[in-house]
Amino acid sequence: MIPNEILEKTKSFMAQFINVNVADDEDIFASGLVNSLFAMQLVLFIEKEFSIKVENEDLDYDNFRTLNAIVGFIERKI
Amino acid sequence: MTTENSVQNERKVKCLVWDLDNTLWNGVLLENDQLSLREGVTDIIKTLDNRGILQSVASKNDYNHAMAKIDDFGLRDYFLYPQINWNSKASSIAHIAKSINIGIDTLAFIDDQDFEREEVNFSHPQVLGIDAENLDNLLDLPEMNPSFITQDSSKRRLMYLSDIARQNVEKDFVGPKEEFLSTLNMVFTLSPAREEDLQRAEELTVRTHQLNTTGYTYSYEELDQFRQSDRHLLLIAELDDKYGTYGKIGITLIECDDDRWTIKLLLMSCRVMSRGVGTVMINHIRNEARKNGVRLQAELISNDRNRMMYMSYKFAHFKEKEKRGELLILENDLSRVQNFPEYLTVNLN
Repeated sequence: MIPNEILEKTKSFMAQFINVNVADDEDIFASGLVNSLFAMQLVLFIEKEFSIKVENEDLDYDNFRTLNAIVGFIERKI
Repeated sequence: MTTENSVQNERKVKCLVWDLDNTLWNGVLLENDQLSLREGVTDIIKTLDNRGILQSVASKNDYNHAMAKIDDFGLRDYFLYPQINWNSKASSIAHIAKSINIGIDTLAFIDDQDFEREEVNFSHPQVLGIDAENLDNLLDLPEMNPSFITQDSSKRRLMYLSDIARQNVEKDFVGPKEEFLSTLNMVFTLSPAREEDLQRAEELTVRTHQLNTTGYTYSYEELDQFRQSDRHLLLIAELDDKYGTYGKIGITLIECDDDRWTIKLLLMSCRVMSRGVGTVMINHIRNEARKNGVRLQAELISNDRNRMMYMSYKFAHFKEKEKRGELLILENDLSRVQNFPEYLTVNLN
C-alpha cells in the first residue's frame, strides 16, 4: 500500500470525528481537537483496516500525534 | 484490598431474562389461551428492579403480539431489549448481554422448558438457568441479592432506558462524533467521596471489570478510611446530560506521598465508555499533581478486558517505568498539558 493511500484512509476515518481540516503535521492532541477516546478508536481502526497488531510498546503518543506520524507508524508495521 | 479473582465466587446476577409462556404468565400466547400472570410475578419483577437487577425477555413468539400482552400487564418498561423472535434462545441471550454491555456470566435465565435451558446452557455455561417451577424462591437466591442496594441501583433500569433513547438519537445523527457529543450537554462532576457515596463506590469496584485499571476491590471500611485519610484522595465522578443522569459512574483512589502521587485505582462504568470521561478524570489528576508539585505514577494490572485503560493512560502521557510481576508502574510526563474536551462541562468540587 502506498503512503498516500494510507493517508487518505486515515483522513476519512478522522473526518467521522473531527469537522475541521487538519494539516498533515499538526499535533491533533495538543490542539485539543481530539481526546484519548478518539485515540483508542483510531488504534482499533488501524488494527482492523491495515490488519496489523498495535502492541503495548507501540502505544506511544509520538506514533499518533500527527497524520504524518500515524502514516509513518502504519508503514513500519505493515 | 482484594484482587478480582477472589470475589468471583460470590457471583451476582445483573440481569434476569424471562421466558413468557408458562413462565411469566400461565398459558401459551399462540394457542389463544386466556393468559394470566403467574402468582407473585409483578411483585418479583418490582423487587428485582428495586435491587438494581435488570430484566429482559427471551421468548419464541410474535414480537408485536407478545409486547401488546406485556403492555396489558403493565410490565413493558421493566424489560430492556426484549428478544421476542424465532431465533435460538442462546442467541437472544447473547444479544441482550451485548446490548446492555454486560458480561454474559452476569445473566440468569428463567424458563419452564428443560430444552430451552439446556440449549442456552450448552452455548453459555456461565448463564445461571432457573426452572420456572422455582419461581417462588427466586427472590431468596443469593445470586439475586446484591451486597448493597444503593440509590444508583434502584435507578439503574431508568438510566438504561435513557441510554436507549440516547443510542437511537446517536444512530440517526449524521456528522462527526464530537459534534454529536456536544449536543448532549454533558456535565461531568468530580467530588471527594462522602460517606453516603461509599456503598456505591464499593459496588462500582465489584461490578466494573472492563474499564478498571487494577481490578482492586476495597471493602466499605477500607474506603471509609481512605476517605478520611489525609494521605489519600478518593474521588467520585458523576455524569449528567440532557436525557437525565448516568448516576455515579466512576471512582479513583490516589495515594499521596510527599513527593509522589500514585493512582491505585481508576475505574469507569461501561455505560459511559463512549463519552471520553476517563480521560477527563486523568487530566484532572494530572493538573492537581502539577499544582502540588509532585510526581505522578499509576498502577496497572493488565487483563484481557481492560486494554482501554492501558490506552487511556498511554495517551494521557504515561510511560511504563517498572514491572513487578503482573503489576505495571507508569509515570506521567506532566510537562505536556492537555485541555478538557470542549464537548462537556467539568465541575470540580
